[in-house]
Amino acid sequence: MKTYYSPSHEYIKVDGNIGYIGISDYAQHALGNVVYVDMPEVGDDIEAGEDFGAIESVKAASDLIAPVSGAVIEINEHLIDNPRLVNEDAMTNWIIKVELTNPSELDDLMDEEAYKELCEKEKH
Amino acid sequence: MENIKVTCLHDRHVGLGAQMSPFGGFDMPIQYKGIVEEHNAVRNACGVFDVSHMGEVSVTGPDAERFVNHIFTNDLTDAPDGKCFYGMMLHPTGGVVDDLLVYKRGDNDFFLVINAANIDKDVAWIEKNAEGFDVKVDHQSDYYGELAIQGPKAEALVTELLGIKCEQIPFYCFEQQQWQGEPIIISRTGYTGEDGFEIYGSHETTRKIWDILIESGKVEPCGLGCRDTLRFEVGLPLYGDELTDEITPIEAGLGIFVKLDKPEFIGKEAIAAQKAEGVKRKLVGLELNDRAIPRHGYEVLNESGDKVGEVTTGYHAISVDKSIAMALVDAGYAALGTPLQVKIRRKTFPATVVKKKFYNKNYKK
Repeated sequence: MKTYYSPSHEYIKVDGNIGYIGISDYAQHALGNVVYVDMPEVGDDIEAGEDFGAIESVKAASDLIAPVSGAVIEINEHLIDNPRLVNEDAMTNWIIKVELTNPSELDDLMDEEAYKELCEKEKH
Repeated sequence: MENIKVTCLHDRHVGLGAQMSPFGGFDMPIQYKGIVEEHNAVRNACGVFDVSHMGEVSVTGPDAERFVNHIFTNDLTDAPDGKCFYGMMLHPTGGVVDDLLVYKRGDNDFFLVINAANIDKDVAWIEKNAEGFDVKVDHQSDYYGELAIQGPKAEALVTELLGIKCEQIPFYCFEQQQWQGEPIIISRTGYTGEDGFEIYGSHETTRKIWDILIESGKVEPCGLGCRDTLRFEVGLPLYGDELTDEITPIEAGLGIFVKLDKPEFIGKEAIAAQKAEGVKRKLVGLELNDRAIPRHGYEVLNESGDKVGEVTTGYHAISVDKSIAMALVDAGYAALGTPLQVKIRRKTFPATVVKKKFYNKNYKK
């Protein structure tokens, strides 16, 4: 599986035309204690660049922005009762599983190395 | 970020790796280790907050008592020296200019502590209304630093680490002491629902005290993030959320701090009329049966889906582990147990009106 990142700190791990979308480790760290993940429902369509839900820390709500377009085929139900899993391991604990409708949108995202550079820049 | 101010402890916060953010015109620490850890430190042990962004105004002179009684809702008449009073300054409409603490240092000698975000507005308001009174209004925010040391171990640690004798100070009272040759004001006050003290001193003194507390390892540095979760759980208002220029203390449920038996004060007529006629909207507590979090500004709906109010503050509260909120709602929906709904992004969630004090205060009285 190859991992891509968006400038708004979501990742998508892609296996064929199936993708697992979550927030990056950098993003979970910046948010602090995650207390709620507002997820779409299975069957919902998501559109690249549009919000598909929200993630809430104690202090604030942040929109989750879809890195690609697609249809939600699964949500991570573990996060309903245990949102802190995102803090424990953001890369394993994806939020939604989608079927990509337009895989060429991946070309607009960053790879691991480019994303690392972005995070370094944001720290300063 | 133009003209953002910093407190005398700014370098300490940055050094501790705090997440910094603008608040009330100052670049302030929101959290160090994390809101939850800091919140629990104050509930269970002791934390220290840099609240040097708060404003201080000294009011002295032959008419000082009459003047402060004129601009302040609580009653200072015949008050003993060394007592603190909570109350508000009101517009003639009854809306709140600011909520503040007034320290009575002596006859016609008062010390006013105001919110950072309102410093310019308040000082202008105080000076404008002082015309015709023989008083000296001295704006001292640039001189004072302020620390809030809060939690069940605050008294023991202030005594042990700072050598400040404080166990004799009753709740909402203060003393003017000398500490390492410098004057300080120490009051048994705070904004967390726990026992604790607030200490005012020069920048140099504030830095010395902060360093001693932090270096001891016994007092947790706490940011404004948990200051908000702590005050919210015990139902204390924050100016900008529960109190504004448009919200009256009666609507916010703070009528006990407005003394209508005083001969006069700005806003008295409006408040008296509102009390007589009954308020149109009221601040209530809401509890959701879901983890979704009602935030400031979210719409509150009745069961038919009509908007009947707005959330003023909401959290998934740390000490009670529930999604709760304070909300200003039409008075017809304010009774305990009333079923309502909160609109959170695309969805609505059922909520019930509950008491605003979600967590019991642990004051030492």
